[in-house]
Amino acid sequence: MLNYIIRRICYAIPILIGVNLITFVLFFMVNTPDDMARMHLGVKYVTDDAIEKWKQDRGYDKPLIYNQTAEGFSKLTQTIFFEKSVAMFVFDFGQADDGRDISHEIKSRMVPSLAIALPVFLLGIWVYISLALMMVFFRMTYIDFWGVVLCVALMSISSLFYIIGGQFLISKIWHLVPISGYGTGLDASKFLLLPVVIGVISSIGANTRWYRTIFLEEMNKEYVRTARAKGLPESTVLFKHVLKNALIPILTGAVVTIPLLFLGSLIAESFFGIPGLGSYTIEAINSQDFAIVRAMVFIGSFLYIIGLILTDISYTLVDPRIRLM
Amino acid sequence: MEKEIKKQCDRCFRFDNSKIIWLGIVIVVGILSACSRPIWNSPYPSEDASKNILYNAFAERPKHLDPVQSYSSNEILLTAQIYQPPLQYHYLKRPFTLIPQTTHGMPLVKYIDEIGNESHAEKDITNIAYSIYEISIKPDIRYQPHPAFARNDQGNLRYHALTQKETESIFKLSDFTALGSRELLAEDYAYQIKRLAHPKLHSPIFGLMSEYIVGLKEYAETLRKIADTLPKDTHLDLRDFPLEGVEIVDASTYRIKIKGKYPQFIYWLAMPFFAPIPWEAERFYSQPGLAEKNITLDWYPVGTGAYMLVENDPNRIMVLERNPYFQGEYYPADGMPEDEESGLLADAGKPLPFIDRVIFSREKENIPRWNKFLQGYYDASGIGSDSFDQAVQLTSHGEATVTEEMQQQGIRLETAVAASTYYMGFNMLDPVVGGRTDQEKAAARKLRQAISIAVDYEEYVSIFANGRGIPAQGPIPPGIMGYREGKEGMNDIVHQWIDGRIKRRSIEEAKKLLAEAGYPDGIDIKTGAPLVLYFDATSRSADDKSILDWMRKQFKKINIQLVVRSTDYNRFQDKMRKGNAQIFEWGWNADYPDPENFFFLLYGPQSKAGNHSGNNAANYDNPEYNQLFERMEKMDNGPERQAIIDQMVEILRYDAPWLWGYHPKDYALYHAWFQNVKPNKMSYNNMKYLRINAELRERKQSEWNQPVLWPIGLAVIILMLSLLPGFIAYRQKERKTEAKQLVG
Repeated sequence: MLNYIIRRICYAIPILIGVNLITFVLFFMVNTPDDMARMHLGVKYVTDDAIEKWKQDRGYDKPLIYNQTAEGFSKLTQTIFFEKSVAMFVFDFGQADDGRDISHEIKSRMVPSLAIALPVFLLGIWVYISLALMMVFFRMTYIDFWGVVLCVALMSISSLFYIIGGQFLISKIWHLVPISGYGTGLDASKFLLLPVVIGVISSIGANTRWYRTIFLEEMNKEYVRTARAKGLPESTVLFKHVLKNALIPILTGAVVTIPLLFLGSLIAESFFGIPGLGSYTIEAINSQDFAIVRAMVFIGSFLYIIGLILTDISYTLVDPRIRLM
Repeated sequence: MEKEIKKQCDRCFRFDNSKIIWLGIVIVVGILSACSRPIWNSPYPSEDASKNILYNAFAERPKHLDPVQSYSSNEILLTAQIYQPPLQYHYLKRPFTLIPQTTHGMPLVKYIDEIGNESHAEKDITNIAYSIYEISIKPDIRYQPHPAFARNDQGNLRYHALTQKETESIFKLSDFTALGSRELLAEDYAYQIKRLAHPKLHSPIFGLMSEYIVGLKEYAETLRKIADTLPKDTHLDLRDFPLEGVEIVDASTYRIKIKGKYPQFIYWLAMPFFAPIPWEAERFYSQPGLAEKNITLDWYPVGTGAYMLVENDPNRIMVLERNPYFQGEYYPADGMPEDEESGLLADAGKPLPFIDRVIFSREKENIPRWNKFLQGYYDASGIGSDSFDQAVQLTSHGEATVTEEMQQQGIRLETAVAASTYYMGFNMLDPVVGGRTDQEKAAARKLRQAISIAVDYEEYVSIFANGRGIPAQGPIPPGIMGYREGKEGMNDIVHQWIDGRIKRRSIEEAKKLLAEAGYPDGIDIKTGAPLVLYFDATSRSADDKSILDWMRKQFKKINIQLVVRSTDYNRFQDKMRKGNAQIFEWGWNADYPDPENFFFLLYGPQSKAGNHSGNNAANYDNPEYNQLFERMEKMDNGPERQAIIDQMVEILRYDAPWLWGYHPKDYALYHAWFQNVKPNKMSYNNMKYLRINAELRERKQSEWNQPVLWPIGLAVIILMLSLLPGFIAYRQKERKTEAKQLVG
């Protein structure tokens, strides 16, 4: 397994370079270093000289990808792309264009993001699997039928509606929890209750249907028939046999998202005033801060790769027949 | 028999289930009804409810809190409370009046000629080579408590030689336990002026100030050369490098030497760019290992103002707290005649500030911000277009007032015209709207005048700004010297005075002008083709489509086809710098209340095309206007200056390089407990004047936010009822399986 993990990590390097290159090209297609300087210096009294100095100070005064004036290998290394990319591979993200340390910012924003994303993820899985099992248990009955109808209805509604509706009803009309905000320590719980509940409810429709499909597929397999033929109670068949065998597709969908939980949610964090990572990238794009954009894209890709590796590892845990070579 | 027992058991089971459910319902309802009802939805700790705190919201996180770099209004809202430039604006007087803040009286201005003799002929500006501003600061002004000033038993600065080990255990500024302070000195002001030229700081006004402050440009070069010879991140102690244009006379007096006469310089002395920075602070923050933890001057300001920043988490909350060393400033005893009546002078002569803490919470979205204001958790709020109808109504006299719903909550509306202008400009380099030959220029002028009449900004303000604006008659907004009201201030190219009111001229007059321009009925007489004009607009949201449609419709009134070329802001600016746009839209917020700050937007040498730092986006260049501008900008206020301003305005109206657009009017709502509010769109250090009635706020918050508990009970009941059939069915199914097993 160790060999497999090392190999996968090695595969990740060209992927990360590729993602970084694409981000770089896309970003600089829209923004030039001069635009970035103007954005940071303001447009009122900025002079060409000030722009040049800003670029020089931030390292944006070099060619983007290829330096024709340099010699040999320096043609590639004395460029904005190389100089801004290399340090990231040792997780040194440097400073944002406003001088703030990006690593510090990411660390401080990650906790609030996790404070919502983790409970939503765990509670969500429990709720969705429970509901899906219930619908499977009562398949071909009115419970299953109306359950599916309800799921389709729920998944047809925009997540923004759940947020605004939830804030309106629970916070504004019934005054049960704060509309938005965030606290530290235990104080955070009163702010997290509403976003967590809404986060779970807003995904009930799609996820429950997804898990129901997985369980139904398992229900038609021979080992289920055998279990039933042995006279096992339906609950034992479902919870002991079907759930266990359905874990691989469940893990495929779930484990890969675990590392991405750190990145938070854009809309929910914005509406609930959670100071997480969700909006960090968007804010950086709006303020033309390439340092943050490349750091966040790099972290996103890295975490996704980690998620895929974790998924593969988790297969071996739930199915002993799988070996990672 | 066996079946009978089973049936009985089933009944028992059913009875037990329903009994449990009902018992549960009774318990839940009982608990909920028995609960005492404190406020559940308050975003603040309950112990703060009765405290003297002002609650405010901010949407965008500030980028810079270092006064040498900070320029955005959301940053100055904070820095203006912390830093004290030498001057400030009077809180109540209008038009805006500068008064001393940390100084003994206003700066003494001396004019000297080339050979250094004092020039007494202020009006003969040609003889003035330099202006010298002498500023004397008041004694006993002290900095906020800060570790940069902390001293050890030997009297040395305690935290100025941090070891790596010490730095490792520091994560935020409050981890430094020892604090100190010291008196404000003239050298702190001089130090900050030198920082404008610091090679690492990139001050947005360095370019402008280097044109005026003697030696500043050369000083920047010197510092850059020195910085290049030093290892990266080495601290530059600017005390070691003298700046020709700044002289420290003694501990409390300093002089600034300006090239020529620049009367507007005094307004800059009321901005945080000229606030004092103690050298200790810069040196303290420059120590290795602190910047990585965001412990920088840009993040934790050090000032002498009424407030100090005690918590800086710009993603969530920023907290200002009363500076314990702030003293000697009192609420103004004089203001405008109406201030007495509105109770704004009730606190006259009382020491400032009134509020202990100011908490800014980050709210990115309008909906939660608005709802929290209505719940009493924010003390003031702006009005978004989606909540405008809920908040504001117009009286029969056309005056804006709050709706009945707001009145019942004791909310009041305050309005103020901003010192800003939004305009639509014509690129005068364009052959169609600007013209090249004299003949073309005359025709293009008529075309611009025709369009000026056709685009109805009264309608624009009414539809798209909910009436929050004043259609502009020229570049100067109300409240700025040179602005004229009523008939005197009317742009008679576009409007006429009918029945004591300003009315836009008719479309027929616009069409006549268009025909005279060579486009009768919108057809170019030279080519026979319809006249097509191009409007370069920055990419906007789908909501703005209606504005662009409206704009097309305005041009269509005189049969001109308007093609909208939408682009992003970077490309738009690029086009403007290259002079490639034809018609564009832009705006300007005044830096200071002087007409020069608006007229320079149309001053020829300020043209944007070919001069990237220029602000004259229309590239308007009229020698007569330029000459008048050069005279006006150096004059002191008075009838003579007003006469020149009137002349300049007339030239601009006739030439119509802009559609004058409108001056926005800011509407803001305040709760009944928020007092001493007088909107001031020029100065930002107003928090020290504000007052909160915390007791009234606590009472109202409690009244408005009683938790409604029945939905919780109902939710529990619905959940139980929805699970019940499932549970029964489950039991039945299980029993069926058991029965099958028994049969088997």
